[in-house]
Amino acid sequence: MTPEFITYAFAFPILGVFLGLVYKGIDRRVSARLTSRIGPPIRQPFWDVGKLLLKETIVPENAVAWLFNAMPLVAFASSMTLLLYIPFGILKAPLEGYGDLVVILYLLTLQSLAMAIGGFASGSPFSSVGAQREMVLMMSYEMPLATVIVGFALVYRSFSLTTIATTPVWNMVGPLAGIGILLLLVALLIVTPAELAKLPFDIAEAETEIAEGMLAEYSGRNLALFYLSDAVRGFAMAAIEVVLFIPFTLSSIFNLSLTGPALYIVEGLWFLFKVLVVYLLAITLVRTSFARFRIEQASRVFWVYVNIIALVGLALVWMGV
Amino acid sequence: MGKLYSFKRSLWVFHASGGSCNACDIEIIAALTPRYDAERFGIRLVGSPRHADVLLVTGAIPRDFADKLKRIYEQMPDPKAVVVVGCCGTSGGVFYDSYNIAGPIDEIIPVDVYIPGCPPRPEAIIDGVVKAWLKIEKLEKQLEGKE
Repeated sequence: MTPEFITYAFAFPILGVFLGLVYKGIDRRVSARLTSRIGPPIRQPFWDVGKLLLKETIVPENAVAWLFNAMPLVAFASSMTLLLYIPFGILKAPLEGYGDLVVILYLLTLQSLAMAIGGFASGSPFSSVGAQREMVLMMSYEMPLATVIVGFALVYRSFSLTTIATTPVWNMVGPLAGIGILLLLVALLIVTPAELAKLPFDIAEAETEIAEGMLAEYSGRNLALFYLSDAVRGFAMAAIEVVLFIPFTLSSIFNLSLTGPALYIVEGLWFLFKVLVVYLLAITLVRTSFARFRIEQASRVFWVYVNIIALVGLALVWMGV
Repeated sequence: MGKLYSFKRSLWVFHASGGSCNACDIEIIAALTPRYDAERFGIRLVGSPRHADVLLVTGAIPRDFADKLKRIYEQMPDPKAVVVVGCCGTSGGVFYDSYNIAGPIDEIIPVDVYIPGCPPRPEAIIDGVVKAWLKIEKLEKQLEGKE
């Protein structure tokens, strides 16, 4: 436990929350522009959180109160922990060496699970339906997600995210495995909106049919925590994709020989830019263009099509490595 | 900058339709379209009264719906505001004195803003929701008075 480590451990989550909310603001703005609206200002998510913190927090009469109040904290804590495992560009992850891709997979699952348990604990039929749908959706998308991670483990013989971040995956593989990795990228991009409960896979939170589903009974502080963990999770998911698939640094592309603060600033901004591109392509564009699937359609998409893509990718990687 | 500053910038609206003929409801949807774009002001339609700051009520309220409307109002977390859209809700409109309706909405729940019209134009609806700020400013003054 060095002082540097402790500074990182506090700075990363605060920075992560800030960036998560900024990216959410950009996402809403771009989504509005895509539908030729003006859209809310980038600061809008900050105002939303500020307002939610001002509101009264209601615990429904027939909810399991301790579970109902604990789950937003669990979701928020797991998204904060998730941030500590992601190497930001050339910075090392604070918890490097204490966990790997598998832990990240579990932390991502834990958030969806916390929302589902919170939904069951609220004692409202809408929340129960939403939570059940979330469970079905999780069962559908976990398989392709796990396949992607196994594919990476095959290439690197390791689950460590830092190893993956330092050597770009495209240098590790031949042409055949390269096609496999590309297929895994496609599978992961399709899983992303489902993982983040965004359109077209926000079936568990369908506001028009089941009154916001799992979140139906949440208000005030609890809802603000879910809002924050959702924002952080969006940023973290895009960051993971960047670390896995496009870890190229500016210095390696242009053979720059930057040192000291200049290196960190340039590479930091480059990393944020890459995350923004992935965020806009995988989340904003998709959620603006598609309408919501029905739950059995979403299941079929993941169990049949995405699974085939991911498994073919895995097979190619296995043959190529 | 007041205590409720972020409140004014982010109003989440829950829409409860009583015995409405759907004209007001369509106009509410029109306020969200690219032409009027209420999201510019942070106004968003939400699906659950628990998330809402503003309750938008349309239509004359049938007697069967009156207690449900009261329950929706009670489920919203404080601070909250109620906006009535359309003539039917504000005064009873053409259903004034009908034996089927439970009276104007302000006899059932406290109303802060009335938007008359049959149906009101989307500009008027956005203006009305924004006027819900006035109530929040009133709350703000009360808060400051207490200190």
